[in-house]
Amino acid sequence: MNAAENPTAITTPPVEVHGMTRASFVLRGALAAGALYGMSAVTPFVSQAIAQNSGGDAEILNFALTLEYLESDFYNVKGRQVGLSGKAREYARTFGEEEAEHVTALTAAIKTLGAKPVAKPTFSFPVTDERSFLKLASVLENTGVGAYNGAAPSLQSKQVLAAAGGIVQIEARHAAAIDLLLGESPTPSGGFDTPLSKAVVLERAGPLISG
Amino acid sequence: MSVKTPAQEDGRTAGLVERLVSDDVDRKRFLKMAGTAGAASFGAFAIAACGGGSKASGTASTASTATSSSSTGDIAILNYALTLEYLESQFYAKVLAANLFHGSAGALVKDFAGQEDSHVVALKATVEKLGGTPAEKPVGRFPVSNAAQVAELAYTVENLGAAAYLGQAASIQSPEVLASALAIHSVEARHAAAFATLLGKPVTPDGAFAKPAEMSTVLAAVKPFLA
Repeated sequence: MNAAENPTAITTPPVEVHGMTRASFVLRGALAAGALYGMSAVTPFVSQAIAQNSGGDAEILNFALTLEYLESDFYNVKGRQVGLSGKAREYARTFGEEEAEHVTALTAAIKTLGAKPVAKPTFSFPVTDERSFLKLASVLENTGVGAYNGAAPSLQSKQVLAAAGGIVQIEARHAAAIDLLLGESPTPSGGFDTPLSKAVVLERAGPLISG
Repeated sequence: MSVKTPAQEDGRTAGLVERLVSDDVDRKRFLKMAGTAGAASFGAFAIAACGGGSKASGTASTASTATSSSSTGDIAILNYALTLEYLESQFYAKVLAANLFHGSAGALVKDFAGQEDSHVVALKATVEKLGGTPAEKPVGRFPVSNAAQVAELAYTVENLGAAAYLGQAASIQSPEVLASALAIHSVEARHAAAFATLLGKPVTPDGAFAKPAEMSTVLAAVKPFLA
């Protein structure tokens, strides 16, 4: 299995782009920009993230596809099993439809890039009731936001970046609505959503992938 | 062309947006003004913007030959974002002062106000770090007579803000600036969603894929809120 098919594969070192590595390009950008106030947490993250994500847009999109499969299954399969009511039921239906649309769009985008979309994994969700369902929904949606925000600066294609931006905004909206339903803050990271590295995303989502 | 804004009549220097809306709303003109980092010209911005291409190799080669040009484009975008954040910040300050929200809604408004303030501070500092001149603070005018009306307006403003960031994402050259803009973009989306739940409106009004908004669209929408 190559890296593009397996989102958990260890990525290769940064690729050369026109005589300079992407990491060094990022470093140049960082030097030009200096330390950005209020965004200082973001800057060191970027070079780290880009160093890790050197498998190209298709690999990033396949990673996103895995997360979208996870979310789609969570809402559309687990959501029906748990027996939700009221707002939780309404959100699970609406958000589930939207996650399924993300799956379709990402699958098509990966094919357009000439790569092979990952197969849908099987999932196992440790959820027993509405409350635990919403709790996990919050984790998944907030992780989704961080995952897209973390991976987006590594995307090469501006078209793919724009599409990813259109998706991450939806994940953020889902996250906020679920968090409010739980009586929690809709902005858990304050004014700046923390980008997440692939490793952190896998740490959170990995245990839910059973095969 | 030379319609005076109240700010100009007061003898104060007109802000970027006041000057813009006094004339016709025009993206190129805005960018030219917004990108004023001294010698920066619209031509330099155009080169940087075109250099984005669809591959990072294009971006990288542009960056190696015209770093200052790509910074100019980012500065223009950051100043545009700063102008919008200034307005959001003023809006929330007025809402807080009017003391219209209490309980959990009041706590949300207070949090969001602080977050918009932090966006202003961060964007201003970023423009300066890139060697640009931060956009001047526009003077906003917002109707804040009752809570329902304010929540509606907040929902509109936050949706617009989210769409505005999304509309610029692909034009940003620096990965750091992009990461920062994305970190703000999703917070604007969270704010919009929170007001949606307060109002019983759709959390995702665009469906599964959020729609970006062009700069000209955003500025036209913002125009009624400028004093």
